Amino acid sequence: MNVAVRSTAAKPDVAALKAQAAKLRGKIIQMSHKAQAAHLASSLSCADAMTAAYWHVLNIDPTNPTDPLRDRFILSKGHAAAALFATLAMKGYFPIEELETYCQDGGRLAEHPPANLLPGVEAATGSLGHGLPLGCGMALAGRIKGESFRVFALLSDGENNEGSVWEAAMFAAAQKLENVCVVVDYNKWQATARSNETLMLAPLRDKWAAFGWDAHEIDGHDVGALAEAMQNIPNGSGKPVALIAHTVKGKGVSFMEDDNNWHYRAPTAEEVVKSFKELGLS
Amino acid sequence: MRNAFADELTKLGNEDSRVVMLSGDIGNRLFDKFKDKHPSRFFNCGVAEANMMGVAAGMAMNGLRPVAYTITPFVTTRCLEQIRTDVCYHEAPVTIVAVGAGLSYSGLGPTHHACEDISFLRSIPNMVVICPGDAFEVRGALRAAMQQDRPVYIRMGKKGEPVVHKGPITDFKIGKAITIEEGSDVCLLSTGNMLPEVIEAAHKLKEKGISAEVVSFHTVKPLDEDKLKQAFSRFKLVATIEEHSLIGGFGSAVSEWLADTETKHQKFLRFGTPDAFFKKSGEQEYAREVLGLTGHQIADKIIHVLS
Repeated sequence: MNVAVRSTAAKPDVAALKAQAAKLRGKIIQMSHKAQAAHLASSLSCADAMTAAYWHVLNIDPTNPTDPLRDRFILSKGHAAAALFATLAMKGYFPIEELETYCQDGGRLAEHPPANLLPGVEAATGSLGHGLPLGCGMALAGRIKGESFRVFALLSDGENNEGSVWEAAMFAAAQKLENVCVVVDYNKWQATARSNETLMLAPLRDKWAAFGWDAHEIDGHDVGALAEAMQNIPNGSGKPVALIAHTVKGKGVSFMEDDNNWHYRAPTAEEVVKSFKELGLS
Repeated sequence: MRNAFADELTKLGNEDSRVVMLSGDIGNRLFDKFKDKHPSRFFNCGVAEANMMGVAAGMAMNGLRPVAYTITPFVTTRCLEQIRTDVCYHEAPVTIVAVGAGLSYSGLGPTHHACEDISFLRSIPNMVVICPGDAFEVRGALRAAMQQDRPVYIRMGKKGEPVVHKGPITDFKIGKAITIEEGSDVCLLSTGNMLPEVIEAAHKLKEKGISAEVVSFHTVKPLDEDKLKQAFSRFKLVATIEEHSLIGGFGSAVSEWLADTETKHQKFLRFGTPDAFFKKSGEQEYAREVLGLTGHQIADKIIHVLS
């Protein structure tokens, strides 16, 4: 493998990352309210992982979004598009004002990330179970071309229902894709039911480990821990890395937390105000 | 066709460092030469076609020219969503190569028959669909596909098919059909592995005093509209022949074209497989005979229609 081990980044500034995550959550809530769009709770549960990735870990340049050497981040759980769009806009990939066009006629910000339309979106997702195979192909392309970038794929726990995830898990391990990292947003819910009551995922870390991954459980809302774990890819294990990130759906807003009605509900204007207070945003 | 594919792929791999071969755990020894020369660009992706197609798309999105290969139903139907979403939606230049078109693997039963793939794949935006008629067309198609900046589907037969062309096709163009034999009464538009049967049909017709033009219509999408215009204006009967369902295949594509144009024509016949699984045991020749797809049966039907 000719992908060089990347030098470890600086210690994450946890306070700054926490503040950024709160801002990101606020933006997502505003977008959901304006568009009356679903999947708010799913977007909130992965906000800390998104923050850790984009504000600490990823080697990216928003002014050069197709740089061949950039790290790749694939939001495999494409229904959390609001989190990705808000992140990309806040990072400067496109004007922040464009978030106003989320789910509006004629815009670039549909309810799932589009293909070849919006800078910073590495892959069109929405149908589950696609992000990791795509990421494996990207990682192999890097290996073949001698480009040392890393590939991160953020999966939902429900997404682990898909057989293609496990096909890719076996493939990545066989190919020793140590520059690939999966983060599973394990919020214990899928669209209509508890994930472990739908298809049994538990013990999820053991499953990924059994598939040949260096698998770890992590607090998916500990943005510092996420940043440290993700910045340490490849970690020298010779294996792809799976971070089973324990999260809470709707995290950050008390009346949304772990309430699966917010998979489809959008907040009212009053609920936005209330949410902002809880997030410490004005 | 299979051996021609492996040989041409090896040549292309030597010429272009972007060429990567992905196999779904088939082709034992078939790719040895490619593997020997380019071990870092060959991947046996296992019996996991959905992942293979996603991997191919990811590679293509990052500057490579992957070829994804396995038996037809598994490299098409099995991973149709990955083809649609990962490959075609991203306009990723993946070349999908299927072995065992139509009833090539008749003896293996309907799980291995492929009489719906043209229908599935040609309906997906951005996809090119090529059905080569012989080994030389396979080589031409593969070479042309690798020069595309878009997805291409190549539907091959298996091995040992008669070679129709006299030698390499130097001017193979996607979307440009090849006239194999000229004629004046009827025009036989063949796609894919039916070409040898169609040539036999033309010879049978000739014996009956009917002059048949034979065209290898290797590209089903995009259609060679110029050739279709000529065919439907010059001949008193035009037939499409394919080892694929009459629903959604080449004949359907030509029917759609006819419906969308104001072309006036005499007679139009479609030969293909019925809307049914072929459940009996038997090799390809037997299956064709049962389904009326042999050269002499095609000729007989045309004679009947003309009379």
